[in-house]
Amino acid sequence: MDVLQQLLKTFFDWQAMGEVIPQMLTVGLPNTLILAVSSGILGCILGLVLAVMGISRNAVPRWIARIYTDVFRGLPAILTILLIGLGFGPVIRLLTGSTNPFPLGIAALTLMAGAYIGEIFRSGIQSVDKGQLEASRALGFSYTSSMVLVVIPQGIRRVLPALVNQLIALIKDSSLIYLLGLLSSQREIFRIGNDAAANTGNLSPLVAAGVLYLILTIPLTHVVNFMDKRMREGKRARIEPDDVAGVVGKGAQT
Amino acid sequence: MSEFKSGSLTAKNIHLAFGSNKVLRGIDLHVPQGTTASVIGPSGSGKSTLLRVMNRLIEPDQGDILLDGRSVLADNPDELRRRIGMVFQQFNLFPHKSVVDNVSLSLNKLRKMPKDQARAKALEQLDMVGLKQKADARPGNLSGGQQQRVAIARALAMEPEVMFFDEATSALDPELVKGVLSLMTDLSKGGMTMVVVTHEMGFSRNVSDTVTFMDGGVVVETGSPDELFSAPKTDRLKGFLSDVL
Repeated sequence: MDVLQQLLKTFFDWQAMGEVIPQMLTVGLPNTLILAVSSGILGCILGLVLAVMGISRNAVPRWIARIYTDVFRGLPAILTILLIGLGFGPVIRLLTGSTNPFPLGIAALTLMAGAYIGEIFRSGIQSVDKGQLEASRALGFSYTSSMVLVVIPQGIRRVLPALVNQLIALIKDSSLIYLLGLLSSQREIFRIGNDAAANTGNLSPLVAAGVLYLILTIPLTHVVNFMDKRMREGKRARIEPDDVAGVVGKGAQT
Repeated sequence: MSEFKSGSLTAKNIHLAFGSNKVLRGIDLHVPQGTTASVIGPSGSGKSTLLRVMNRLIEPDQGDILLDGRSVLADNPDELRRRIGMVFQQFNLFPHKSVVDNVSLSLNKLRKMPKDQARAKALEQLDMVGLKQKADARPGNLSGGQQQRVAIARALAMEPEVMFFDEATSALDPELVKGVLSLMTDLSKGGMTMVVVTHEMGFSRNVSDTVTFMDGGVVVETGSPDELFSAPKTDRLKGFLSDVL
C-alpha cells in the first residue's frame, strides 16, 4: 500500500501539477507552438527545394540534395541542435547582439525537418503518373511550368498525411531546445515541467507536460488517419451515365 | 470551309532507337491539310512512339518533321506542341483541377488570356463536346467517355493545326466508345487534320482518308481505306487484319 501511495505521489501529485499548469499553458504552450510551427513551415520550404533538386535532370543538384538529406537525417536531433545552437550562438550574438536561442533552435529544427520533408515531397512527386507530365508537355508547357502547375501540386496533396506526421515529430523535438539555455519566458512545455520537477523532487509536473504533448499530438495523429483513409477510399465519386454521348457527334451515324 | 485552321503534317524518314532497340526505322507519313490519317498495326509496332516523335515529346535520331511544309525541328518544341493537340489513351486529365480549369489552363497560362476570358472560351469548348454542365466537376467524377471528351476539348482549346489521337478509345468501356468516336468523326468531317492511332478498324475504314499499317518500326503499307482493307497486298497486313477483324 505504501508503494502504491508512493507511486501515486510521484506521478500524480495534483497539487504539484496544478501549480505548474498555468505557466505551461501561458508560456510553454505558445513557445512550443512557435518552435514547431515555424520550423515546420520553413522545413516545408527547404524540403520542397530539396525535393525539386532531388528529381532534377542535372546530377549536381541531385547529389547535393542526396548528401544533405543523408547527413541531416542521419544525425541525432540532440547533436544537430547542440552544434548549430552552441556553434553559431556567439556569431549571432556578435552580429545582432541577441542571445535569444530561438532563431538558432528553429534553424536546427528546420535543417532536420527539411531533410525528412524533402524525402516526403520527392516520393510524392515521383508517385504522380508519368502521363500527367506528358499531357502537360503535349499542351505546350515547359518542363518547369509542368512541374509547378501540374505535377508538384498533385504530389504534395498525396503526402499531406506524412507531412502531419512530421509536424508531430517537430512538436516533440522542439523540447530539445532547452539544451541551448532558455530564459524563464522562453521556456517551452518540457522545460517548464522539468524545472518544476527538479525544484520539487516530484515527477508530476513532467507528467503534466506529457499530457499536454499528447493533447497536441493525438488529435493530429487522428487527422492523419482520417486523411489517409479518405485518400485511400476517396470521397465517393458519383459517376452519372454518359447520357450525352449519343447526342454529340451525329456525323458518325451517317 | 474548314472549321479549323488546320495544316498539313509530314514526317520524313524518321529513325529512333532506344539503345539497341530500333523503334522507328525510316518512317514516312504525309497527312494533307484537313484529312484524317489512321495508323494501325500490332502492339509494339511503334505507332504511339511515332506520334510522340512528331510533336517532339521524343526527339528523333534522324529525319525531318514538317508542319505546313516547313521543318519544325529547329523550333522551340514547347511552341511546336502548342500547334499540335494530343489525346491520350489514359485521358491524362489533371485530377486536381476542375473540368473547366483543365481546358482553360493552357489558354490562361500559355495564351495569356485573362482568367474570365479563358473560362468563357473553355466553356464554349466544353459545350462543343457536350459537357458544359460538368464544367465545375472534378475529372474523377466523370465517366471514362466524358473524361476523354474533356481531354479532346482541352486539346482543341489551343486551336491546334493538327490533332493526334493515341488509342483514344482503348481504355474505355465498350458502351462509351461510341460517343468519343462520334466526336472524332465530327472533327474529321469538320476539316481537322488528324493522325489517329487506333485499334478501331471501323473508324479507320469509314472515317479516315488514308490508312497506314505499321509493323516492326516500318510502314508496311499505306493507302486509301478501301485499298488496305479490301485488297491488302502484303502477308503481314493480311495476317494482322485476319487477327483483328
